[in-house]
Amino acid sequence: MFAYIMRRLAVAVPTLLLLIVFSFILMHLAPGGPFTQERELPPQVLANLNAKYGLDDPLWKQIINYIWGIVAHFDFGPSFVYPDRSVNELIAAGFPVTLTYGSLAFMAAVVMGVGLGVVAAIWHNSFLDYLAVGISIGAQVLPNFVMAPILVLIFTLWYGLLPGGGWSFSDPSFWIMPVIALGTSYMASIARITRSSMLEVLGSNHIRTARAKGMPEHRVIIRHALKPAMLPVISYLGPVFVSMITGSVVIDIYFSTGGIGKAFVDSALNRDYAVMMGVTILVGALTILFNLVVDVLYAWIDPKIRY
Amino acid sequence: MTKFFATTALVASLAMPAFAVQPAEGEQLAENQVYNFWLLDAIKSVDPAKNTDVEGSDVLRQLFEGLMNEDEKGAMVPGVAESFEESDDKLTYTFKLRDAKWSNGEPVTAGDFVYAWRRAVNPETASEYAWFMELMNIVNATDIVKGEKSPEELGVKAVDDKTLEVTLTTPTPYFIKTLSHATTFPVPQKVIEEHGDAWTQPGNLVGNGAFVLRSHNLGVDITMEKNPEYWDAENVVMQTVKGITVNDNNVALTRYQAGELDRVQIPAGQYPRLEKEAPDQAVSLPYACSYAYVYNVSEKGPEALKDVRVREALSLALNRDIIVNNVLQGGQKPATTWTHWAIEGFDQPETELATLSQEEKTQRAQELLTEAGYGPDNPISLTLQYNTDENHKKLAIAAQQFWKPLGVNITLNNVEWKVHTDRMQNQDFDMARYAWCADYNEASTFLDWFRTDGYNSGKWSNAEFDQLMADAKTAEDTTPIYTRAEEILAEEVPAAFVYHYAKVDMISPDIKGLPTENVLNAWYAKDLYRLAD
Repeated sequence: MFAYIMRRLAVAVPTLLLLIVFSFILMHLAPGGPFTQERELPPQVLANLNAKYGLDDPLWKQIINYIWGIVAHFDFGPSFVYPDRSVNELIAAGFPVTLTYGSLAFMAAVVMGVGLGVVAAIWHNSFLDYLAVGISIGAQVLPNFVMAPILVLIFTLWYGLLPGGGWSFSDPSFWIMPVIALGTSYMASIARITRSSMLEVLGSNHIRTARAKGMPEHRVIIRHALKPAMLPVISYLGPVFVSMITGSVVIDIYFSTGGIGKAFVDSALNRDYAVMMGVTILVGALTILFNLVVDVLYAWIDPKIRY
Repeated sequence: MTKFFATTALVASLAMPAFAVQPAEGEQLAENQVYNFWLLDAIKSVDPAKNTDVEGSDVLRQLFEGLMNEDEKGAMVPGVAESFEESDDKLTYTFKLRDAKWSNGEPVTAGDFVYAWRRAVNPETASEYAWFMELMNIVNATDIVKGEKSPEELGVKAVDDKTLEVTLTTPTPYFIKTLSHATTFPVPQKVIEEHGDAWTQPGNLVGNGAFVLRSHNLGVDITMEKNPEYWDAENVVMQTVKGITVNDNNVALTRYQAGELDRVQIPAGQYPRLEKEAPDQAVSLPYACSYAYVYNVSEKGPEALKDVRVREALSLALNRDIIVNNVLQGGQKPATTWTHWAIEGFDQPETELATLSQEEKTQRAQELLTEAGYGPDNPISLTLQYNTDENHKKLAIAAQQFWKPLGVNITLNNVEWKVHTDRMQNQDFDMARYAWCADYNEASTFLDWFRTDGYNSGKWSNAEFDQLMADAKTAEDTTPIYTRAEEILAEEVPAAFVYHYAKVDMISPDIKGLPTENVLNAWYAKDLYRLAD
């Protein structure tokens, strides 16, 4: 297993390098640049800016300089749009925010989603099943960009219970609405996957055997059904966890959290090359890492899987 | 220089009071003097040389103070400058500075302005607003930006600690009006040299404005507190000013209604409703920006648009009343000129566009197109490019419908902002939506756009127009010149002007001292105060 993990990590390096090179080239192919603006800059000012940020170098040289900066100094460069800040500073400010509300939303979604799914599968075709399916479909069809303003309307304007947006690490009242708005639709998906997977497992031979042995039903569920039923859920959760902790542009916009979800989209629209690269690499690295985590979890859950 | 002082007449010595706006008698002040204003997006920088946007300027105006400020009507009033003199040839300005202090207690000197202005044009700073110093026509600004001269050669010098002298390349009637712009604010040399790029962080930042930076969470909020070292601090009532970022206009309105914000823009189309529900809060104020469809008349442009009759017909057929009253619905005005109607010293010319009824205009448009050989039998096909935005889209669809009966088939081309800008600047379009906002309250800020060497992405060019704009620089009375320039635009139609902006906002009735007649909407928190409920 250790050798397997090492091998996977070794493959991650060229994968990230390819990601960097492709993103870099695609980004520069998009029309306009960080300093393209409504009032066209005088050519000499533009030249000064390009020189300052190394944008006048040939592309291959820019890529090499960029990668060298990361390898040698862990420096992801300066932001072109926020001139007082470096990419490292921007990510250090935004990532903890999305990490906080993202992991909370993830935990809530997993606990409630798995719970709903299991309940629905066990009491299949009963009122509880319909209720659970109803809730998850309702949560699925209500997109977060609809839900977010509704939450603000209810909790901020009508009841005055929660701040309508912003962020504070010391005050959890700022976290509640982002967590609800982000977690709901994931919870619904998790519930549906859990339910169908659980139904399949409950109908399988080893469960019939367990029941035939006279094993109490709760032990059948917890010991024999839940673990294999979790396999498809876990493969879904790996990438979902990454996308949740790296933020959602919708959540960041509606709740003005200052998270990196919005920073990512803005950097693309603003052609803030360095920020865009920084977030791409962050998301890429996390995706690689959590895919690995999922594979390791697989082996742990299912003894049949060997690496 | 002695000669200069001997021959200079006292052209403009200011004797107006420069103190902060004060509460009227009988007004009960709130205990809690806080003003929460709305920011649509993160503040890019609080460095005066690096700021590029309106919201950043709103913050900078509290943290720093330039030579001049604006009052609630937009008139220039003394800031750090107590008075100034203009030389007879209008090329030299001498400012007398008051005893102002930085927030660290050190005096604000003429040298601080010299440092800041040289820094703004210094290629090493790579300021995106370096062009503003060129716009001010300061001696050598252009050459320094190009890197051909050293920043020390900029036409600004400290005669002594309290006297600043600025020399211009050409008489510039609007020069004084540029001095409340953030790019011209002084900056503290020692602090910048000590902290480098980090000098703008809370704790490091030293300013000379009425407020100091307390905290700044990028994209979340920015908090400023009253600066006890400010020269007029005893007249400043407001204690805390907080800018709160809300990226969605509708959510911002909800948060305004929940009392979290004291001022917010009204989302498009909601003004009529809110004006009825809350007439004491919904306002529509003139705001110096103009919206237009620019024709590409360059070589790369379509053949049809090279014919002035076609350009005029398209402009005439555009039913601006419907656009303003039924689409925008926020007190905007139909545009018959490029210069915003509320700009000081500007008279709109009596053009066909301004005087005829829409029916007459549409008929005239048909005649013009027939003359030019076009019509439903021989239709023109053009694209109208706009950047992604719900309102631009609505307007473009409306325009498409107004032009269709004339036999003009419009393909709408929606592109993302950077692509839009890039294509416009490379003349890669037929017609494109464009808007321009005033840098200062004078018509040239709009009209310069259409000069041959102006931004002018449609590449229209007219020698008489260029000459008029050059003449305006030295003229005593510029009003008739600008009116004539607009007449040329009306004859030549380089663009179809669509509407003049209004600032459509909800303002808390508790907040007093916000400007209502300043077309640039420059506000100063030092003039604000909150009334008790």
